[in-house]
Amino acid sequence: MASDTSWMRNREGMGVWEHRGKVAIVGWGQSHMDRRWDGVTLDRSCGGLSKEACLKAIADAGLSLDDIDGLITSAETRAEQTWAPRPYFAPPYDTEDGLTKASAEWIQRELGFKNVKYLESDAPYIGPMMGLAAQAVGDGVCETALVWYPMVNLAGRYGHNNPQNIRQEAPGQSAFALPWGYQSGAMFNNLVIFLQYCKKYGTSHDGLAPLCLNLRRNGLRTPWGYYALHEPYQLTREEYLHGRVIEEPLVIYDCDRPVNTCAAFIFTTAERAKDLRQKPVYVLNHAQNNGRGRSTMATLEEHQEAVASLARKMWEGSGLGPADVDIFNPYDGYLTFTQQFLEGFQWHGVKRGEAHDFYADDIRVEGPHPFLSSGGNNGTGRNRAVLFSDSLEQLRGTAGPRQVTVRADTALAGCNTPDSCGFLMLSKYPS
Amino acid sequence: MSTIPGLERPTPVPNDLNKPFWDACNERRLVLQHCTACARLHYPPTQRCNTCGSADNLEWKEVQGKGHIDVYFVIRDSRIRGFRSAQPINFAVITLDEDPGINFLSNLPGTPPGEVPVGAPVELIFEQTSTGQMVHEWRVVT
Repeated sequence: MASDTSWMRNREGMGVWEHRGKVAIVGWGQSHMDRRWDGVTLDRSCGGLSKEACLKAIADAGLSLDDIDGLITSAETRAEQTWAPRPYFAPPYDTEDGLTKASAEWIQRELGFKNVKYLESDAPYIGPMMGLAAQAVGDGVCETALVWYPMVNLAGRYGHNNPQNIRQEAPGQSAFALPWGYQSGAMFNNLVIFLQYCKKYGTSHDGLAPLCLNLRRNGLRTPWGYYALHEPYQLTREEYLHGRVIEEPLVIYDCDRPVNTCAAFIFTTAERAKDLRQKPVYVLNHAQNNGRGRSTMATLEEHQEAVASLARKMWEGSGLGPADVDIFNPYDGYLTFTQQFLEGFQWHGVKRGEAHDFYADDIRVEGPHPFLSSGGNNGTGRNRAVLFSDSLEQLRGTAGPRQVTVRADTALAGCNTPDSCGFLMLSKYPS
Repeated sequence: MSTIPGLERPTPVPNDLNKPFWDACNERRLVLQHCTACARLHYPPTQRCNTCGSADNLEWKEVQGKGHIDVYFVIRDSRIRGFRSAQPINFAVITLDEDPGINFLSNLPGTPPGEVPVGAPVELIFEQTSTGQMVHEWRVVT
């Protein structure tokens, strides 16, 4: 499935989504969250946390194991390393499956699902995976899909165990990047684009401070999040500006913190959703970008056009427009690219070059512009699922201290980067 | 070897697609794919033109090796082993004068870390890696 993109809505001109309002999210479960797996507690391994999240999602929906006929997950756990060569544990933790990943087959076996007719263990990361799940239910591949997304973090410095960074050779396309120190992942290219943005619009890194502080604030109102659980204090502007430099001007607080956790969601048909425990949250559209820039480094202009195209696809498929989006939870894994989504979707009228001014306005959840009410990944740890779960909670009206005071009928959420991402348009109403 | 003290660049391993590019580097020439159907340059090398989709009209064309510094930052804590002993080190994006839509990476040998003149012109140079394979680099024009 990872290489099959035929299900994607990644082109303009595809029209209104054929399953608009006919698919709903009816359950959500969030596991415990640790900074890293301790290598001992099996309930806190990838498999253990995935089981926890899946069972919580099924219970949240008021369903039983026998109601689930689709199992969907992603192999992209960001573990960056295997548990081996360390010794494995007794079954079912006797392979990587269960420790650094939790495949559909593993979860099916461990939880004892009997009626599954669709298994997908190789879905993309959560942004497009949520679209895949919606499409699968809409197409009738399954009626009720359990979707889970584990994020894995083992001991060791982030990125330093990536085999690519240790080799002396640079094969394939990496030969045009590694010899100059380019590091894989989103940081380098998106930092370049952020610098291009600052040069073009006359802004600077400190313009991100209000966003960072507000994300931490919202994250502290998310009881299962990393900071609420483990470091429950608010960040100050001074701490942000003087944070440990990662790559100038990027500091540690611009980077979401890798964590060990899992979230799960239940997708089903609107018809099936009618009599379940939770108020359904309907899917009005899903849309994806999976392009890349023309040359070595994608440019600001290419990313701006990528998000503009994504927005056009989303408006076309959902029938909504910028003024219709109440809740907006775009990816913030690096704070440097969140502004591309804000400006590209023109949420609350923000145009190109205006994001930092918008951040400096009132973006608190109780204010008029509750941007990233989830707290994002900077506020809760790199789990990515919070973008969707907060959207669900806001539309259900169950976000507690994060509940926005403005209208919350629709939500737009997604990740990861402007040129490679998947977004969902959600609504309290099917049409 | 690099003229940047301590730097051990990962060495390019040519494949069928990009071997002409790396061979040209060993001759101290910079060649890019050129689509003769739509007159578009490509870098890094590609199997087919990303504008017209043609796979049969890509030819190698030598370019002048003149560019400008777009943006830069300083790597201070690299995850790449061969860079750790060279930190801090510049990481710059260079646009090609013949087609500013084409960009290259550079560590700007000869320019002290953090003292990069953004917008300045640069010229092509070459540096040797541990296997003898040459890689293209850029130097500020003084």
